[in-house]
Amino acid sequence: MPVNTRPIHPALPRASGRFASPNRRLLLLTMLALAVMAIYMTLNLSGNLRYILLHRGQVLATLLLVAFASGVAALLFQTVTHNRILTPSIMGMESLFILIQTLALFFIDADALNSLGTVGKFVCESLLLVIFSVLLYRWLFASVGVDLHRVLLAGLVSGTLFNSLSSLMQRLLSPGEFAILQGRMFATFTRAAPEVLALAAAIVLVITLIIWRMRHQLDVVALGRDDAVSLGVCWRQKTLVLLILIAVLVAISTALVGPLTFFGLLVANLTWQLAGSHRHQYLLPVVVLTGIVTLVGGQLILERLLHMSGSLSVVIEFTGGGLFLYLLINKVRV
Amino acid sequence: MKMNLFAGLAVMLALMAGSLCVGPGNVTLSGLWTNAEMRDIALISRVPRTLALMLAGCAMSVSGLILQMLTQNRFVEPTLAGTTQSASLGLLLVTLISPSAPVITKMAVSTLFALAGTLLFMLLIQRMRIRSALLVPLSGMMLGAVFSAITTFLAMQFDLLQSLGGWASGDFSGVMQGRYELLWSVGGLTLLAMLIADRFTLAGMGRDISVNSGLNYPRVMLTGMTIIALVCGVVVVVIGVLPFVGLIVPNIVSMAMGDNLRRSLPWVTMCGGGLVVLCDIAGRLIGYPFEVPASAMLGVVGAVIFLTLLLRKKRHAR
Repeated sequence: MPVNTRPIHPALPRASGRFASPNRRLLLLTMLALAVMAIYMTLNLSGNLRYILLHRGQVLATLLLVAFASGVAALLFQTVTHNRILTPSIMGMESLFILIQTLALFFIDADALNSLGTVGKFVCESLLLVIFSVLLYRWLFASVGVDLHRVLLAGLVSGTLFNSLSSLMQRLLSPGEFAILQGRMFATFTRAAPEVLALAAAIVLVITLIIWRMRHQLDVVALGRDDAVSLGVCWRQKTLVLLILIAVLVAISTALVGPLTFFGLLVANLTWQLAGSHRHQYLLPVVVLTGIVTLVGGQLILERLLHMSGSLSVVIEFTGGGLFLYLLINKVRV
Repeated sequence: MKMNLFAGLAVMLALMAGSLCVGPGNVTLSGLWTNAEMRDIALISRVPRTLALMLAGCAMSVSGLILQMLTQNRFVEPTLAGTTQSASLGLLLVTLISPSAPVITKMAVSTLFALAGTLLFMLLIQRMRIRSALLVPLSGMMLGAVFSAITTFLAMQFDLLQSLGGWASGDFSGVMQGRYELLWSVGGLTLLAMLIADRFTLAGMGRDISVNSGLNYPRVMLTGMTIIALVCGVVVVVIGVLPFVGLIVPNIVSMAMGDNLRRSLPWVTMCGGGLVVLCDIAGRLIGYPFEVPASAMLGVVGAVIFLTLLLRKKRHAR
């Protein structure tokens, strides 16, 4: 499903100075991420240490998982679609997941849903998301073809449609409206339930293994459909696998914190700049680390320095939306 | 042609009569003349509500059409151009700075912001290096998203999320006698738009052609944008955001009868009003006795129609 057949990768930024090699950049980013995490855990420690550390540890784990899931999903989507402006969340996948959650609440009675448990519920919903998104995006890319703007607009409008449908159903479920509106307007970075965290961590581990084994094939996929096929990649199968992985990652990040429309775009584009290489063995770790630095660092600055807790997702939306506008108008060739 | 217009008018009157009769309190058309209680319900709540639906629907669809002419693009409308989002931002700011300001002040500020937002959008699409029909609504959506992010951030900091939720969704359930009369002004603007429809038709052919045929192009642009901003400012303050009306109605009408505004404007007005009335009736019935706001229904219906327009094989928008 290549959306743009022209090479998307601009020339790499001129390598200069001491951090020219991708390995060194990776090392630097790792140190930065570790430092940010350490500061997050230890800043202003006082009172009941055990409780505070446990609480912060859980928030941190949530942030790390979201950084991984959201960032890698965006990067893989850009690799598959051969484009630097498309991400799963911009194409409405997060809204689709929320719609599936709402539909489940709407059509299955609460007792049956509760008997599945948190884990069972999450697994079922993710499976549904995988099935629907594979069907939807295959159809979308097949029917719209190569017109990037049409694909983008269709994706954005689909996202709006899914959002409106879920809010309509939520209103039918409970006429009290405000809690619902707040729930879907932006993501909140609080700690997720421990069992969901554990499950998400386990899935992320498995996905890491799968993707890491595929890293060289991903480099070939990134060349675009024609080149990849002529180099011996089974395109249909590879893109199907990648789309499934992306859907699972989106499910994880949305289930943990909620919709984050522009985070993936922001992090993936930073990664293209920072990695110093377009090989996935560098891109993949860099996207995760950049995500961690952005999320944890942003949370640190907003929550501890400026005392504006809860607003990180809005700030990300603002920055990401601006970046999208800039990319759209100045950078993307059609 | 005339016959069709009368048929349309009849359908619309039937819809309005339907809107009078739907709701938890029992009102029948025949009872209006005999039963005092029914008359009270009708006069205090149902009639104002129906009129508000009609006026807001007409004005939003007409301002969508004008914006489409001014940008020469089929896929824009005030909610896809940052106009309503900037109006909301203005409303939030005035609520922050002086919570007890009269409605007129709020309306003026939100209109000014709407105008500024629309101007910014126009500048943006003029500066674009790539001329692509679909890039215009895309940029509009993103501009709107940026405005919304600012609004949400401010609302979060000052604990106004609840009010924001109120005017982020167009809800007609609070419309009563004494609370909607400002909407008559947008009715007036709709009439004004009809009077000068020919100029917008010309402007829709592009700068060169319209200047060539003697049009004062900048003035028409500014008039159009002012109408759009005023409509959005008033509708956001009184009702809330009504998504997609301005997009789907003009598109469907123009598929049927082309782009001569003097001919199509009555139809756009009527269909816009009718669509909003219909959505509100559906919203009142779908979860009876609870209400779903008209904007929630519009969001679903509008997005489906928009997607259909977008993915049609035969390209309607050039």
